[in-house]
Amino acid sequence: MAYMNKTIEEIHDALVNGEVTSEELVREALDKAHTVNDEYNAFVTIIDNAQKGEVTDELLSGIPYAAKDLYSTKGILTTGSSNTLKDYVPFIDATAIKKLSQKGAVDIGKTVCDEFGMGAYGNTGHTGEVLNPWDKNRSCRGSSAGSACAVASGVIPYALGTDTGDSIRHPAAYCGIVGYKPTYGMISRYGVLPYASSLDHCGVLARSVKDCAIVVDAMKGIDEKDMTTWDSSDIHLYTFLNGDVNGKKLCYIKELCDIDNYPNATLELKEHLKIFKEVLEKIQSLGISVEEVSVNRDLINAISSVYNVIAYSEATSNLSNMTGIVFGPRSDGSTYAEMMKNFRTKNFSPLIKRRFIIGSYVLQAENKERYFTNAQRARRMIVDAWNGLFAKYDAVIAPVGSNGPAKYLDMSKNITDDSLVPLEEHLQVANFGGFPSISIPDGFIDNLPVALNITGKCYDDENVLNIAFAIENLLGYKGQIAKEVSK
Amino acid sequence: MKKQIAVIGIEMHCELKSNSKVFSSAKNAYSVIPNTNINPLDMAFPGTLPVVNLKCVRDALKMSMVLNCKQPEYMFFDRKNYYYPDLPKGYQITQSTSPVGVDGSIAIECNNKIITVGIHDIHLEEDTAKLDHLDNMSLLDYNRAGIPLLELVTTPCMHSADEVMAFIEHIRLMYQYCDISDADIRKGQIRCDVNISIMDEDATEFGTKVEVKGVDFSGIRGTIDYEIDRQIKLKSEGRYDEVEQETRRWDEASGTTIRMRSKVDAIDYKYFVEPNIPKFRITQALLEDIRKEIPVFALERKNLYINKYGLDETNARIIIKDRFVADYFEKCIALGIDAKIAANWITGLITSYINKEGISVNDFYLKPEYLKQIIDALNKGEISSKQAKEIFAKACDEKKEPANYISSDNKQISDEKYIEEIIDNILANNEENIIAYQNGKTNMFDFFVGQVMKETKGKANPIITKELIHQKIDK
Repeated sequence: MAYMNKTIEEIHDALVNGEVTSEELVREALDKAHTVNDEYNAFVTIIDNAQKGEVTDELLSGIPYAAKDLYSTKGILTTGSSNTLKDYVPFIDATAIKKLSQKGAVDIGKTVCDEFGMGAYGNTGHTGEVLNPWDKNRSCRGSSAGSACAVASGVIPYALGTDTGDSIRHPAAYCGIVGYKPTYGMISRYGVLPYASSLDHCGVLARSVKDCAIVVDAMKGIDEKDMTTWDSSDIHLYTFLNGDVNGKKLCYIKELCDIDNYPNATLELKEHLKIFKEVLEKIQSLGISVEEVSVNRDLINAISSVYNVIAYSEATSNLSNMTGIVFGPRSDGSTYAEMMKNFRTKNFSPLIKRRFIIGSYVLQAENKERYFTNAQRARRMIVDAWNGLFAKYDAVIAPVGSNGPAKYLDMSKNITDDSLVPLEEHLQVANFGGFPSISIPDGFIDNLPVALNITGKCYDDENVLNIAFAIENLLGYKGQIAKEVSK
Repeated sequence: MKKQIAVIGIEMHCELKSNSKVFSSAKNAYSVIPNTNINPLDMAFPGTLPVVNLKCVRDALKMSMVLNCKQPEYMFFDRKNYYYPDLPKGYQITQSTSPVGVDGSIAIECNNKIITVGIHDIHLEEDTAKLDHLDNMSLLDYNRAGIPLLELVTTPCMHSADEVMAFIEHIRLMYQYCDISDADIRKGQIRCDVNISIMDEDATEFGTKVEVKGVDFSGIRGTIDYEIDRQIKLKSEGRYDEVEQETRRWDEASGTTIRMRSKVDAIDYKYFVEPNIPKFRITQALLEDIRKEIPVFALERKNLYINKYGLDETNARIIIKDRFVADYFEKCIALGIDAKIAANWITGLITSYINKEGISVNDFYLKPEYLKQIIDALNKGEISSKQAKEIFAKACDEKKEPANYISSDNKQISDEKYIEEIIDNILANNEENIIAYQNGKTNMFDFFVGQVMKETKGKANPIITKELIHQKIDK
């Protein structure tokens, strides 16, 4: 009997009742990981010698999981899906990994991502692109592509991801599962390979809101090694979930959700927004009120540029330690500058180099005010606008992306319609403000999953998750395992 | 050519004392074994994050207050981005947007005149790794990476090497007095960048500024004198356009400065706010708390020592030169030792002892309480000043309380009757010598003193002895 396709509570009960052992679960997860890896390329490393975990009262004890290959794992290869670290074995555990180990959770693999979390399609990792388990011709989106793929394929009940723009919430959406990024600083980033520190969040991909709550409860907490963490000891995500959302107020943003914004809308987009509108109708039965609000279009249009400028600037600085001098395969060169240059030229993918150049350009003295400083100002204005909404509403609800999962073949077309950019990129706002944000499946287009997103104010994770939990129960897309459309 | 004046500003880097480094938990300590005081952050291993050392922040704020700077409302840091093998992260965490202190000033004494030096800013940052270039390789020692540094930037307000040296010495003492840095020149804990230009005496605009980077304490005077001469010479020859806005370095061997690069090629450091360290508010309460720790400084103490305790300028100057020596002195006074006597001991025997041993007065065995035992015994006439010196040396060497050496059998004999008896005895057996003395052989006096000392094993009080002998034979 298979267990890895069940919920954490179900697996925990089976362990506690002696129906199955942790050892058997690890075996099942490893076997499935190999199969899924052969099919979809989800793993950089499958930890074949993973040891069972001791089963205790902890819900996660004895249960396998996987981590995005940005999480440092002591003694286990951690590549960031980059050639720069293709042989790098850390001597530290990321705090989040350590916390899960302490609860008895078992890491069985490191999942493929876009190189250092940079990329939207899961196709820039040094081990190749990750295929969508619903349709191999399509992308999982990124950057936590391998994590989304492995969870959606039923390899493990949950996997860790990181989210700098939408890197948990997008791939979760396009793989038909749940992706949750809590408030900034709730989970320590210590030991997690950085992309853009002010936007980077740790989080989880799972098949239900409740599983996300259980995992983040275990990962969160103040960490003396990460000054941006805060004390969340009085936040209890799992026990807070009761589905009672009567009287909660949600809003949706006209400038994102109205079909009239998109003169060249495809059938897919029309369908996507139709599904979303139907959900808005349905959820009123839960006692939730939904109102349309308007946000300054200039701010909406600025989101993507603001993200690019800030994220790429921080990235170019954060990854300056990749010189091959202290770690990584050292390159030859007659001077240190040549050694560094050769290492970086040879080992970084073109996408990353492009981002470094943009980041470096916008930080240059003569460009900084125009690009970087203005982006910071716009970030503040956007965050203020959303905080204005949170003053009146419990959360903002929005559709994720502008269509279903993209076909790899069609990817070059994706950015041709500028009007779609805000809809594609608006999840980045939660990174600007550090807001708790969760994506849950809300339907299918041509048998491929699409999703909605709920984002609330900082530190209000319990409410955000409870709203998502209630909607999830209503819609009935909980616990989905990918079914390949072509089969 | 009109008379030229030099305009000098400096950037002074000083290593701070702390248990751990400024952003990592590795030890902040000098070690001869490379790469031992390190943690993953110091080598920039992926995913490691900086954690600010609060003591360093307090010390930086303290120095900011001492230099009469304005403190910012929020404390935060910036990244200074550049590639160099001694900079493992590829950026240095420093403060450029909002330094811990700005717009300060400090009055210092230079050649018996008081001058005021403007402080542009003072900021907290981390040191780089140490890079040693050998013939066919370069070696990196990360022990130094992440050591806390305070960088103090003056306004261009000084005019001579004397003023700059006086300023550095003054600040060095302040660091020591605040106990936030050993400011040890021998350990290279002080390094400066020196900015120098010249201008006509009556000009209102500064001349072309030349920066000499990374000068050790020992090279500062030479750098300034050389640079001023060089610039004046070029100007006098009508070649002032050859003085370029550039960065030079001091070459100890030749005693000259050598061009490194033009300012046109200056590095763009692409500063931005360090995102991994949240801003935190500097409250008045915190500042008041830190203010309580600010000690009385050297200049004030010197005036006190001269005016209240009657010390002479020389002794006062020697004592305040080291904050801990000054503390030692004040403790002596608190214990009731006469200020001048304490000063003589400190500037004499104690200074030469600690210099010889190469130790700080804090590690000096003979605490003021012990010194008092010796001085008290001397005052009571229990020991001679010769014995006092011997006891001092013995106590220091054997690390035992001086009281152990001031026992009854080596106490000085001041009993006049007893000494008189001995003298009478000696005189009775040396009548010929008395006559010789009385006939003008005055050195015979020392013979009698010697005999008394011989008889008393050197313990007879020499003053009493001499007085008594004079009374008896000067007829």
